[in-house]
Amino acid sequence: MTETATLLEVKKVTKRFPGVVALDEVSLSIEAGKVTALIGENGAGKSTLMKILSGVYLDFEGEFYYKGEPARFSDPKDAQQHGVAIIHQELNLIPYLTIAENIFLGRELVTQYGTMDKSRMRKRTQELLDRLKLKVNPDSQVFKLKVGQQQIVEIAKALLTDAELIIMDEPTSAITGAEVEVLFDIVADLKSQNKAVVYVSHKLDELFRIADNYVVLRDGKSIESGEMAGMTQDQLISKMVGRKIEVMRKTTDRGVCEPLLEVKNLSLKSRLKAGNVLSNVSFNIGKGEIVGLFGLMGAGRTELLETIFGLHPARSSGQVLLGGQSICCDSPARAIAAGLALVPEDRKKDGLVLGLGVKNNISLTTLQEMEQLGTLNDSKECELADHYISELRIKTPTKEQKAKNLSGGNQQKIVLAKWLATRPKVLLLDEPTRGIDINAKTEIYKLIIRLADEGLGILMVSSELPEILAISDRILVMAEGRLTGEFLASEASEDGILKKAISAMQ
Amino acid sequence: MPIAYSPKNLAKFQSLIALFLLCLALSILSDKFLTFSNLWNVMRQISVNICISVGMTLIVLTAGIDLSVGSVLALCGAITAGLLKNGIELPGQNLFIGFTVLGAILAGALSGSALGAFNGWAITKFNVPPFVATLAMLTVARGLTMLWTGGFPISGLGDTFLFIGTGWFLGIPVPVWISIVVVALAVFLTDKTRIGRYIYAIGGNESASRLSGINVNKVKIIVYTIAGALAAVGGIMVTSRLDSAQPNAGISYELDSIAAVVIGGTSLSGGRGSILGTVQGAIIIGVLNNGLVLLNVSPFWQQVVKGLVILLAVIIDKSNSKNE
Repeated sequence: MTETATLLEVKKVTKRFPGVVALDEVSLSIEAGKVTALIGENGAGKSTLMKILSGVYLDFEGEFYYKGEPARFSDPKDAQQHGVAIIHQELNLIPYLTIAENIFLGRELVTQYGTMDKSRMRKRTQELLDRLKLKVNPDSQVFKLKVGQQQIVEIAKALLTDAELIIMDEPTSAITGAEVEVLFDIVADLKSQNKAVVYVSHKLDELFRIADNYVVLRDGKSIESGEMAGMTQDQLISKMVGRKIEVMRKTTDRGVCEPLLEVKNLSLKSRLKAGNVLSNVSFNIGKGEIVGLFGLMGAGRTELLETIFGLHPARSSGQVLLGGQSICCDSPARAIAAGLALVPEDRKKDGLVLGLGVKNNISLTTLQEMEQLGTLNDSKECELADHYISELRIKTPTKEQKAKNLSGGNQQKIVLAKWLATRPKVLLLDEPTRGIDINAKTEIYKLIIRLADEGLGILMVSSELPEILAISDRILVMAEGRLTGEFLASEASEDGILKKAISAMQ
Repeated sequence: MPIAYSPKNLAKFQSLIALFLLCLALSILSDKFLTFSNLWNVMRQISVNICISVGMTLIVLTAGIDLSVGSVLALCGAITAGLLKNGIELPGQNLFIGFTVLGAILAGALSGSALGAFNGWAITKFNVPPFVATLAMLTVARGLTMLWTGGFPISGLGDTFLFIGTGWFLGIPVPVWISIVVVALAVFLTDKTRIGRYIYAIGGNESASRLSGINVNKVKIIVYTIAGALAAVGGIMVTSRLDSAQPNAGISYELDSIAAVVIGGTSLSGGRGSILGTVQGAIIIGVLNNGLVLLNVSPFWQQVVKGLVILLAVIIDKSNSKNE
């Protein structure tokens, strides 16, 4: 055994966002010549940690050592120059530039006359592509490549600089079979050159093949680290999910209740490629029932809610029934009229008009009811806003305050308020507690439970297993556009759910 | 502390303050500025830009833009003038349709609405960027104007029609009355009606608006239709004032109009701004134009000054919204 050197070490790193602690005193050490697997559920803090390692986030607390010296990168480029390269999960390529132009973006080679040295760049690119066994012309524009090929270009980009540490964030999410094998060869190659690799993946079997060490993150904390050898998949899964569950709802056995929302054979064609994003999804939600929907990133959860809500009429097929009546949701307006409400995943992008006030955001879905003789009745709007501000305890200085000035939790309450104002029968919630603090989370759980008690049917998508387990009556699991599991709350466990969500991907 | 003096409140009135300072400077520098005949003349000229800019504001609030207003203005003015003067003769049918003043005006306004609706339809149905769709309309409407007029002015339109552009009512020029009515209706629309709220919501966040069940496309088509109709109103006013529909009328009016909207504090990315702000912007541009002429500034320098004022206004506005 050769002595291994620690390349990068962080100690007690804490990163806060407004209202949330994303990383809480995380420690981690990365050794040269080893592959370190970074494991954790969605939202465990993996992305935040990687962004700190690669110089994207600069304001964090804690100690940061690089090659044994205390260090702080000043920006991503500085990190790159120090030898840290990152392969992002979301592709960061410029579609209309060629492969060679993308790979050398920001670090172009120049001739002695100051012009770009295209032939040298093309040659280097060709070498990289050969090494990665990608048979395409370095001059092809990136948007013409398949997603898997683009992923390889992304990898080539990281290999160009002589990096000491290569961070790979879900590098196999878009590639298959032979391409994965090539990637693993590259990783082995890097290891033999004494480089350090941080490998993030949901696919545990991959990690067992290539990783030497593992680090488990949970709720923004580093839970455990050690050597991969001797671990089993089940042991790793139990470390990922070992969070204490605070059961908030004592689910009474409601027996067979009549279905309120029935979804039959719902399918959704992919916009980009052949094949389906959703395939024959069928399920029911009863009156007063909370159904949790779990799946990993890319399982099709958001698309399922959007399709039910009528956002993809041209690409979808199947049937949605509400109270036994078939509803044809080809637009959000129809869906709302039928009694559906969707609280979207990204409240800033899809939920709120940030530049409008609290009051105007709350009334946006029900402006028709605020009208009198063709004009908006301000006192009715104020009444509506006051009602929900007090009922949901929205903390805002005035009801005219712009939504963008409120905290995440209060913003989410505004979104909930505007949907409750439509008096829906079924509430579709997409990550309703994402990015909000623990107190606001608890308030929102209580609200969801109360709404169910009042007779609403609720479908809640979440990547946080503890919250799904805490308040659901029934849990559906999705993977790759299909329902892969169904559990009653009484018989559900984190391990069981996670296995259903992961197994279909292997 | 009295709120009136806080810097934030001051920022709200900055264009009014700028306008006041501008007028003060001009009345010192030129003895012709502060005369009734000059001021009414300025107001009359501004009225046209106010009408167009009100429509432009509604569009910009939805994060769109309309480059076609100048051409639409020319075409609708020419349609009104042509119908009034010549009527329509259906070839081969020995049928002649004459138009009253009211009939011709309605026909002009309807043409403007139709052109605006077409803009909105192209933008929403085919997802054409507003910049491109209305750029196309700029050319199309100008071409149609040339076809309709044969490239020659249509003049001699009769005293009744001239009243619109040159007449007085209760001691105030008729165009000023028209712009007051247009502004009042637009303020009502934006502040008191559902459509108005939707306009702000769509400009602020189109995706969230769509998810809230708002028929975004319908609102956009309505907005472009209104803008087309208001460009037609402007065209009728210009035609009446000159007693002539010029085939080259309204060239580059879209730029003055966008300038008024921007100086008035409406954000080109949508969702933020107001009709009354635009009115101030239009007045500032009008007074500036007038002042530069009175001070015998060469037309070349006038353009330079106007451009710099627009730039300055936007820079000030940006720094204000940052402080918000």
